[in-house]
Amino acid sequence: MPSIGHVFKTLIDSSGLFFDAMLITLQLTIVSIIFGIIIGLFFALLKISNISILGYISDTYVYLIRGTPLIVQIFILYFGISGIFLIPDFWAAAFALAFHNGAYIAEIFRGTIQAVDRGQMEAGRSLGMTKSLTMRRIILPQAFRRSLPPLGNQFIIGLKDSSLAAFISMNELFNVATTLGSNNFDEMTYLIIVAFYYLVLVALLTWLVNSFERKLAISDR
Amino acid sequence: MPEKEMIKTVGLNKSFGDLHVLKDIDMTVCESDVVCLIGSSGSGKSTLLRCLNFLEKKNSGSIFLRGKEIELKNVDVNTVRQKVGMVFQHFNLFPHMTVLENVMEAPIHVKKIPKAQAAKEAKELLRKVGLGDKMHVFPSKLSGGQKQRVAIARALAMKPEIMLFDEPTSALDPELVGEVLSTMKELALEGMTMVVVTHEMGFAREVADWIVYMDEGRIIEKARPEDFFQNPKEERTKEFLKTTELK
Repeated sequence: MPSIGHVFKTLIDSSGLFFDAMLITLQLTIVSIIFGIIIGLFFALLKISNISILGYISDTYVYLIRGTPLIVQIFILYFGISGIFLIPDFWAAAFALAFHNGAYIAEIFRGTIQAVDRGQMEAGRSLGMTKSLTMRRIILPQAFRRSLPPLGNQFIIGLKDSSLAAFISMNELFNVATTLGSNNFDEMTYLIIVAFYYLVLVALLTWLVNSFERKLAISDR
Repeated sequence: MPEKEMIKTVGLNKSFGDLHVLKDIDMTVCESDVVCLIGSSGSGKSTLLRCLNFLEKKNSGSIFLRGKEIELKNVDVNTVRQKVGMVFQHFNLFPHMTVLENVMEAPIHVKKIPKAQAAKEAKELLRKVGLGDKMHVFPSKLSGGQKQRVAIARALAMKPEIMLFDEPTSALDPELVGEVLSTMKELALEGMTMVVVTHEMGFAREVADWIVYMDEGRIIEKARPEDFFQNPKEERTKEFLKTTELK
């Protein structure tokens, strides 16, 4: 094992290189989370639409994504789709991660939407509100609030999963760490350093989700 | 005074799977009438009420509002629901909105009333039900009785022509029942047409114009309260009244 002093010194010396890599990791994560939420909400709404064909489409999507490893999905998108028309590496990785996260987020939203009391829909409808208005104004705000804890969890998984983009040569954190490690014949030091970066990012993300949760929870007190 | 017909069902039938819950219900409620639906649980009284508001879809029969038959088209049902207020056993307030926002929600988003006007009307209604000081709190801060009074104000905000109450006091602690019943009584005195599913025999006796007794999905007896409680005609009504007296 490398000494603490050596790891610390290397951490300082390599901070410029890792900073750029961290930005790429953050961009990948943020883009895939935002698109993942949109995709997830879309498929969750298909699932609860009471139209069976739409439900099957949603089920199939979730099954395909959850049923295959993320690295396979990334490779299919990168080598397969890029062969037909060119997608920049970043977007291939970002879309693969977004569709991957989307399947799990769809299940989160489906669960929390269905967990909102039936009486809420009835109350909205009894006031003359349409089904979609009630969904938008009454059900989704409540469901979204309950989604935050599991969503936060999914965001953390998404952040760490972005390391798999290293395999399509994105210069994100993990790729930079392994490259620097083998170039300097010092793999362990750089692995410890990259673990540190992930821990810092996860701490940041956790803090963000928690403060958002607290802000939304005011009405429950 | 000639009585004008407000809501009427003809040959209404409703089944849940194999369970035939409502059997050929013919019922007429006239303007300004307070009708109490009573009967043991499972008799179909709540289902009948929910059919009037299309929260349950009838299997056959017709429902008329002011003599006009209501079709099951979506548009029709949504406009009808604006005229038919509903109060639920479990309040069903919107927990993510303040009391005032609960009352303003439908006028603003369904009737497209300007926000300032909706707020003014909502405040008046909340004062009327005695909750002028609770406008800006969230429902979780309220007692059951206060919640139910907000729910009444929320339904009234749409200026309905008829109010449906589905066991409005059944989920309340005994000491909170009175405040809700007195709000309802006030409403009845103002001439609101009301259909109330209730187990509160005292309220039924005092406020109702008509008592409708249901059993096994049929209307067994419809009578004025004094006749109903003193001289029930039907054998099953007598049986039912005996069991309620024991309570």
